[in-house]
Amino acid sequence: MPSGAVELSVEDLYCSFRDLQGHPLPVLAGISLSASENEFVAIVGPSGCGKSTLFNVAAGLVLPESGSVRLNGVDIAGSPGHVAYMMQKDLLLAWRTIADNVTLGPELARKPRSSYRDRALDLMRRFGLEGFEHFYPSALSGGMRQRAALMRTILCDKSLLLLDEPFGALDALTRAAMQEWLLDIWHDFRRTVLFITHDPEEAVFLADRIYVLTSRPARVKGIVPVSLGRPRSHKTIATLQFAQLKRQVLDLVWDEGADALRGRLGPEGPPAAGASRENR
Amino acid sequence: MAPGRRGEGLLTPALIFLAVLAAWEALTRLRDIKAYILPSPSAIVRRLQTDWPTLASNFQVTLAEMLLGFGLAFVVAMTLGILIAHSPAIRRGLYPFVIASQTVPVIAIAPVLIIWFGYNILPRVLVTALLAFFPLTVNTVTGFQVVETELVNLFRSLNATRAQIFFKLSLPTALPFIFAGLKVSATHCVIGATVGEWIGTDRGLGHLIVLDTAQLDTPRVFASIVLLSLSGIALFLAVSVFEWIALPWRHGHAARRPLFRLLSQRILRSRKTMAAISEKEA
Repeated sequence: MPSGAVELSVEDLYCSFRDLQGHPLPVLAGISLSASENEFVAIVGPSGCGKSTLFNVAAGLVLPESGSVRLNGVDIAGSPGHVAYMMQKDLLLAWRTIADNVTLGPELARKPRSSYRDRALDLMRRFGLEGFEHFYPSALSGGMRQRAALMRTILCDKSLLLLDEPFGALDALTRAAMQEWLLDIWHDFRRTVLFITHDPEEAVFLADRIYVLTSRPARVKGIVPVSLGRPRSHKTIATLQFAQLKRQVLDLVWDEGADALRGRLGPEGPPAAGASRENR
Repeated sequence: MAPGRRGEGLLTPALIFLAVLAAWEALTRLRDIKAYILPSPSAIVRRLQTDWPTLASNFQVTLAEMLLGFGLAFVVAMTLGILIAHSPAIRRGLYPFVIASQTVPVIAIAPVLIIWFGYNILPRVLVTALLAFFPLTVNTVTGFQVVETELVNLFRSLNATRAQIFFKLSLPTALPFIFAGLKVSATHCVIGATVGEWIGTDRGLGHLIVLDTAQLDTPRVFASIVLLSLSGIALFLAVSVFEWIALPWRHGHAARRPLFRLLSQRILRSRKTMAAISEKEA
């Protein structure tokens, strides 16, 4: 499905915050990754490794110290509004109906209401929200709220979607259904997707390529191309090929987990953070 | 939805109210308590009827002070609340004085206000506003501060302007808090207007209470109190009604639509909705 043309390229990204004592806390330490047009890229990493910071930088919310984020060749670091960003929580506005929530993007972009309203109402069925257009988010189940949030993200009409653990808070059954449904939607709408998850199985099931990150400060630990055919369904999960790919990702993740544990227990921590860590 | 709920909710307080009135009436009659010590409810009602012209003309004055004071408090509190919530420098500089203003006894400051502004309605309106603006300010500040950072980030990622973030995110988030503040302020207005009239005026129910107390005309004091209390309740209810209209999402699952759109909607859609709900609940 990916056409080969590089859409997003992140190069040598460095980013750090200050901890409570004011010491610099490196979060991203030279991350490079790319995504081709219409490619589904998953990013797997231990929790707290800086995945969300990576997305905040790509969305233009956080300025990196160095490195570049290029979308179709244009540097977009520090300038928001170029990509569609869906965060972990559904972040639906409680005082807006579903129809008004999903059209937030075009509304804030000051597009004429007629240009998006009917399209949104037409798409409700596709997103499993038919009949709930004029309901407030409080009336919806977790899965429906997440579908509404994804619909809002897609209706922003950006070619690149950043999805930050969108199904993290859902129960296992809803989650599995949502994954299949997401692939359906992705097939229909043709977008480039960056998808953060901490679940290797989810990554293999969804992605064309998987980046495994190290624990903080995050670097790219390894890249796993997913050669599984499409369309994929729950039956795909039971194949040998799926298991092997999952194993490959897990090995990288476990390896990283073991490294991180050693680093934390042993006397030699990461050199930059070592001094401040011993003070605590 | 249980249709009987609302009715039941009113029934209990109504019964308690009637029981208290009956006990009060019985007590004053059976123990033969003098009217200047504790008038019976029936005596108060009679007094409301016979002295209505006097009471009504004074009530008008007090009501005007209450409403003007409430309005002034609203303007001041919204301005202060928004400034304090959006600028740390203003918060540090102004908030202490806002709090300090509440530690100054209003009764003590009222005569000074009369020296400054003279024997007119202004000092009384100021006393009312002084009492009413504080709860509203504190609630407004809180309302603007509880806006989730993640939601602000979502708006920023969509390239929203500061004005869009304020009107489409901060203000709707703060509204329930603002209404909570308005309800407290509404009740404070009654106190403010009454107390303002104790000093330096020849009109208003507060003034009438001072006169009647001096003459031991306790039934008319109670008549005034009844009117003051009713006006406070009315103001509170008015705010509640306005809240109910302004915050439909707080008490319903579906948006209320204007009647003309409602009529144009096909009945089919509501059927589908009902089906979808029962499906979700099943």
